[in-house]
Amino acid sequence: MKSLEELRAIKAKMQNSVQLRGVEDEDSVTRVVVGMATCGIAAGARPVLNKFIEEVQNRGLKNVLVTQTGCIGVCRLEPIVEVITPTGEKTTYVKMNADKVAKVVHEHLVNNKVVDEYTIANAD
Amino acid sequence: MKELSLNILDIAQNSVKAGADRIDISVSESVKNDTVGITIKDNGCGMSQKTLDSVTDPFFTTRTTRKVGLGIPLLRQLTLDTEGSFDISSKEGEGTSLRAVCRLSHLDRPPIGDITSTVTSLISAAPEIRYVYTHETDSGAFTLDTDDVKEMLGGVSVSEPEVLMWLTEYINENLESIDGGKI
Repeated sequence: MKSLEELRAIKAKMQNSVQLRGVEDEDSVTRVVVGMATCGIAAGARPVLNKFIEEVQNRGLKNVLVTQTGCIGVCRLEPIVEVITPTGEKTTYVKMNADKVAKVVHEHLVNNKVVDEYTIANAD
Repeated sequence: MKELSLNILDIAQNSVKAGADRIDISVSESVKNDTVGITIKDNGCGMSQKTLDSVTDPFFTTRTTRKVGLGIPLLRQLTLDTEGSFDISSKEGEGTSLRAVCRLSHLDRPPIGDITSTVTSLISAAPEIRYVYTHETDSGAFTLDTDDVKEMLGGVSVSEPEVLMWLTEYINENLESIDGGKI
């Protein structure tokens, strides 16, 4: 059975990398924003959010911050995810699911190539 | 909503928006009493009597991006459909408390679903908030207080992916030990 004490080990392991990110890397952070209002949640935003967190952890992406927001206003296209690069370029992905997240992480967050087929510009 | 845990995630977002710094979420499932109860209590800004009277109206919302607000009406309808009960009380400046109960054996009651994922999603949404999550079954109870987690973590954020993944396993193990979240 796990005990909360185990968190101390995680703390020790992480402290260095966290400090690095906190101070000097603020400008190099890519933000992933998942819409989590009623519309998003009902459409499946929770597994999308969790898949992003899992992928970021598994791939050790230190410069990616996964956050949440409310209703973006296009409820019929939920789950919606916005990826905002350090230079301020924003890509809006629509009708997301866990499989699509894997591809967005691999192509966009790792290889810096927008996955055009999932963007709002290509929504039906 | 396909799972009760999704309703919880949705309703708790209201508490986040109300500026709460503490949110208590409790789930109690009892085969003995034939009930599944959800309580969400926050110390946010609360609501006036006038607002409180309107929250169960789907065409009432405080947001401006759209004209409907479905979170509370959906959950309330669910409790009505499953022979349960729904109560919400609030006081301006003090907070809001909501209790929803469904009849466990009712055919239309959705499963609790992935409650662990709801808790970690909430922590990741607003790590600065103190969440106290309690899950009760006929065979026991489990409580997670994020203040305890933060104490162990020192300066490391509770929303770090590595911490969230660890918490997922921790909560699942504890739910397993009380036979929780399976119905």
